[in-house]
Amino acid sequence: MIGMSTRHILLGLLATGPSHGYDLKRRHDERFPQARPLAYGQVYTTLQRLVRDGLAEVDGTDSDGGPERTTYRSTEDGARELAEWAGQIAPPAPFVTNEIFAKVVVSILSGGDAEAYLRAQRAAHMARMRELTAVKTARGTDLATVLSADYALNHLDADLRWMTTTAARLTTLTAEVDAG
Amino acid sequence: MSNTEGSTVPLLAARDLVKAHGRTEALHGASVELREGEILAVTGASGSGKSTLLHCLAGIVRPDTGSVTYAGERLDRLPEKRLSELRRTEFGVVFQFGQLIPELTALDNAALPLLLAGVRRQEARERAGEWLERFGVRGQGELRPGEMSGGQAQRAALARALVTGPKVVFADEPTGALDSLASEQVMTALTHTARESGTAVLLITHDAQVAAYADREVRLADGTVAPLEVAA
Repeated sequence: MIGMSTRHILLGLLATGPSHGYDLKRRHDERFPQARPLAYGQVYTTLQRLVRDGLAEVDGTDSDGGPERTTYRSTEDGARELAEWAGQIAPPAPFVTNEIFAKVVVSILSGGDAEAYLRAQRAAHMARMRELTAVKTARGTDLATVLSADYALNHLDADLRWMTTTAARLTTLTAEVDAG
Repeated sequence: MSNTEGSTVPLLAARDLVKAHGRTEALHGASVELREGEILAVTGASGSGKSTLLHCLAGIVRPDTGSVTYAGERLDRLPEKRLSELRRTEFGVVFQFGQLIPELTALDNAALPLLLAGVRRQEARERAGEWLERFGVRGQGELRPGEMSGGQAQRAALARALVTGPKVVFADEPTGALDSLASEQVMTALTHTARESGTAVLLITHDAQVAAYADREVRLADGTVAPLEVAA
């Protein structure tokens, strides 16, 4: 199975032309502004693995006035691998595993206050949605930031809908779990 | 973000509102405060009393019991004449369907509150044009509501609600009939404009993504305000 991976993202960034590790890290963080920033170590390790697997190769060195840096380029195999990954359907929610869902069930099992937990979680979700909306709608925000904020907002919204429905169902749900 | 820092006295406050429609009690004991320049989202399921709360706060209906205070005045006790004057000069209202007058152009719709307030036609049209511009629909000024997209019509309705420079805008599901992109444009236009002009907004919505444009949220459940945990 081909999953979400740093190697494909780096191959994608290399698709626009040769680049060195520092530049790849910087461009990653620009393209995926709300993602966890890539660590340099991870970029270099991944590049070495891409070279080992024949998906990328050393293009040359570039000093650009500063320290000498190795630049890399994608190979034809790399381009093929990237196209295959980009076109592959992501499995739609193959397993239902989610911390919020698990906490509600555990809370019911252990006689905890699932309703209070849902209320607090809902407030935290709303606070984060307000933050993301402010980022998204600030004047002059670039498209990459808008897209990533939208992505997060839609997922938080889906969580919220589930939490709202669950809160309304809690009485029934508790009876079921207790009976089981 | 909000203009509410340091302001402690609410601009608009409802206390223990009770309102029944026939035998159904839409509100029983709802209290809510809106501070100057604040954007407040009122959320809750269908039938939780959101619209009735808005109608009481905007002076459109009177509560059975409880009080509504606006800038020190008891709205629930005001004579109808003073109430309608307040609604005309201090409040702006937008509904789910903009309720623009279908026979009038967007520009004339937006100018209408000014004409009703006695502003000369020429000046009213100029000011309305500026507001259409702020909402990005000046180019549609000569179109009638039926000739505009839903999002454009709603932005024209916002221009009409803000044209008199109200202190409070009441928006009841203003994006309820729009797709997500049009909804984003309407909400961005509304919140940017309200923040720039220091207008308070009471925003009713069942949509969390719309509520996230507000500074704060109040949740209604069964006609009363549900407890909100403060996020850690």
